[in-house]
Amino acid sequence: MQRIGVFVCWCGSNIAGTVDVVAVAEALKKEPGVVFSTDYQYMCSQAGQDLIVSSVKEHNLTGLVICSCSPRMHEATFRKTAQVAGLNPYMVEIANIREQCSWVHKDMPIGTEKAIILGKAAVAKVNLNAPLTPGESPVTKRALVIGGGIAGIQTALDIADAGFPVDIVEKKPTIGGKMAQLDKTFPTLDCAACILTPKMVDVAQHENIRIFSYSEVTDVKGFIGNFDVTIKKNARFVNEDICTGCGDCVTKCPQKKVPNEFNLGMDNRSAIYIPFAQAVPKVATIDPAHCTMLKTGKCGVCSKVCKANAIDYTQKDEFITERYGAIVVATGFDPISMDKFDEFAYNQSKDVITSLEFERLTNAAGPTAGKLLRPSDGEHPHKIVFVQCVGSRCDSCAEKGKEYCSKICCMYTAKHAMLTRDKYPDTEVYVFYIDVRTPGKNFDEFYRRAVEEYDVHYIKGMVGKITPEGKKLMVRASDLLDGKQLNIDADLVVLATAIEPDKSARSLATMLTASMDTNDFFTEAHPKLRPVESPTAGVFLSGTCQGPKDIPETVSQAGAAASKVIGLLAKDKLKGNPCVASSDELMCNGCSSCEKVCPYGAITYENKEFRMPDRTTRVRRVASVNPAVCQGCGCCTVTCPSGAMDLRGFMNEQIMAEVDAICK
Amino acid sequence: MKFSYFPGCTLKNKAKDLDRYAIRSAEALGISLEEIENWQCCGGVFTTARDEIATKLSSVRILKAAKDKEQDLITVCSACHNVVKQTNNAMQNDAEFSSKVNRYMASEGGYDGSTTVYHYLEMLRDIVGFDALREKVVKPLSGKKIAAYYGCLLLRPGSVMKMDDPENPTIMEDMIRAMGAEPVIYGNRNECCGGYVVMESPELAKKKSGDVIRNAKAQGADMIITACPLCKYNLMKNGADVPVVYFTELLAEALGVKEDTNE
Repeated sequence: MQRIGVFVCWCGSNIAGTVDVVAVAEALKKEPGVVFSTDYQYMCSQAGQDLIVSSVKEHNLTGLVICSCSPRMHEATFRKTAQVAGLNPYMVEIANIREQCSWVHKDMPIGTEKAIILGKAAVAKVNLNAPLTPGESPVTKRALVIGGGIAGIQTALDIADAGFPVDIVEKKPTIGGKMAQLDKTFPTLDCAACILTPKMVDVAQHENIRIFSYSEVTDVKGFIGNFDVTIKKNARFVNEDICTGCGDCVTKCPQKKVPNEFNLGMDNRSAIYIPFAQAVPKVATIDPAHCTMLKTGKCGVCSKVCKANAIDYTQKDEFITERYGAIVVATGFDPISMDKFDEFAYNQSKDVITSLEFERLTNAAGPTAGKLLRPSDGEHPHKIVFVQCVGSRCDSCAEKGKEYCSKICCMYTAKHAMLTRDKYPDTEVYVFYIDVRTPGKNFDEFYRRAVEEYDVHYIKGMVGKITPEGKKLMVRASDLLDGKQLNIDADLVVLATAIEPDKSARSLATMLTASMDTNDFFTEAHPKLRPVESPTAGVFLSGTCQGPKDIPETVSQAGAAASKVIGLLAKDKLKGNPCVASSDELMCNGCSSCEKVCPYGAITYENKEFRMPDRTTRVRRVASVNPAVCQGCGCCTVTCPSGAMDLRGFMNEQIMAEVDAICK
Repeated sequence: MKFSYFPGCTLKNKAKDLDRYAIRSAEALGISLEEIENWQCCGGVFTTARDEIATKLSSVRILKAAKDKEQDLITVCSACHNVVKQTNNAMQNDAEFSSKVNRYMASEGGYDGSTTVYHYLEMLRDIVGFDALREKVVKPLSGKKIAAYYGCLLLRPGSVMKMDDPENPTIMEDMIRAMGAEPVIYGNRNECCGGYVVMESPELAKKKSGDVIRNAKAQGADMIITACPLCKYNLMKNGADVPVVYFTELLAEALGVKEDTNE
């Protein structure tokens, strides 16, 4: 028989406000096995934990029930407390009387009654708890970073600097990501390339970093410390190891009419290409969709001009399998498509552009060599309208856009407007906004400079319709502060498009069994306390794959993710979770049901010899669980038709006892 | 192929061209439009008052008449189509509305919202097909630059009308191409002409219609087509100096069934 102690936490007024904690402690005293019961203001505080430790010793307790917040919050805390008190940490049960009780009820008698029931269930379970000991697994001291933008670059550099090998997988032919496409960065206005490209070179030269560019992750198996990852290196038809990046092939390629994705289709590139001058790795890539040689077998110019003999038209996709201890997701963002926003005439006029396109138009390495010219006729625009929140904060049009604020648009629009007025004082610049949001160091000062020093016309109100007419764009908008409708004949319109997670994120999340929110941003393990970890152990989050962010925030988070990875890789062994499935081999009938439902591939079958009661031996096919791979989800236990499969710490017997206690 | 057909009041007086060319063109395309018997006004814009039942009953009766003949329903006037389709949608999705309507109509039998309603343009696209239409054209309108004017009622609300993208429609442009002419894309093609505001504030209607005409001409149009009698009225009254015609009239011309004699 257990000797159980019950500890009811007030959580200040969080629990005590709607639950009579004294009454709960009193009621639970009468439950079978309970020898001690008390309440305390903050059970998780040092004083609260000391109370638990001293009570264990004083009353010879063998099991603990803590009535407090969600186990997601403090189960680990109280398990450690139990260990300090000399108990097995798995002799602790948490009754969640905060999130699942006090926070959802307003009425004290109802809240109290429910808290007592939840406490009774936990007591019933602890009565059947048995000490559990976690197994150990080794840690592979290598990290994988998926995505080679500024987030992935920073994470990789920080991990590599700590002495651990890192691989970066980037789907584009070069690392650099969106930041490589930007002109200047707010609020300091330093040039994006000047601060990014040295980091890209650092990555290329770092002895601990390997770059898999033009590559994708296609399969992930395993678990924290031991992920087996398959990387597909797409055929670029150029031998990376010998290409010198001289660019002769690019100049001589006769197929020069391919829309250049780096400049967002505003100019053309050749079928063999290097995305931009500072690309890393600086090697050419053949675009098979447009290469005449690959399509028709007739051409071969690049192969003839290549002095290094690097062109290989027969190259095939290559699959590489590697083992990693930790995985960092840094898949970044994309601006949303403007297809559903035709009121802004994006598809009807070349002079309606997105903010990212504007970056390329003002970038010295862009299609106009940095001169701000209208895409339609190459003329200098005199009147420019910026529209903020295009597709962001769309609560009434969620099927078109996004409900969230994309966070970066207010600042980059202020930057665009200011730089335009600075470079071209003859232009008239309007910005339409719902709110101007500038929380950040030196951000509001920056925005005010645009308004006060650069005379940018900030107008509160939204644009309703843009009508191309002749060479002009007729912009119809409302001025909410003046209560007037405005009609502006603009030469250029720039749409601050909402950003969304990269399209590859969802399939990647499935491979990693990492969770996402409804907008496909990766979910963090705890929104405040564990913001760079995914709930899936060993998977970490860096940059905008987790939510909209600007560059300084992305870099901070990238560093934070790296420090978590370093902390993990610094360990030689990891303690596993002892709450794993196990099969009673005598009851198992070898039906394979559990193997089919296991999401982690933790169950295999083996043929085993059994001695039968009549002293004969029989070979039977039975399930076997790999405790290092099992995550304790319990799918197999409910699937098993013969009841052979059970989950340690959550045995069928224990769950039934809890249900009985609730229904009693 | 036979369909139930609802012309609507305006098509029997001010907008006779919209009606007769619709019927004639349909015949040329092998489709027979059978006018519903004893029909009444669709209810007009009054039905946009959502708590009104009585003014929507005539629309329900139109839908029911088609259902009783086991035919799909075709309409051609933008306003009628909007009213009939929105009423049908309410019969399908608004349980309170449909039960009230069915109580009103208890003596004539109920209606469950099951009639399929096509606008004449949808009939051309989805039943005839623009490729088939192209083959039936005997007098291609080559060289003409035609601006399709959608107005506001034909496409909106997009989730109910489900005809085309309300902000960037293509259905009339595709029809214009099928007839051998060149469509003119202009931003104001889905803006309001001023509608009934012309009664209260002629100046505002003049501004709205003027915007449409100016924009269409600036983009090179030498003719405007529409499916709405009120749009046509407003454009004509507010200084249209290019012809504004019903799309059915142009269709009849392309199909070679437009008679030159005035009736």
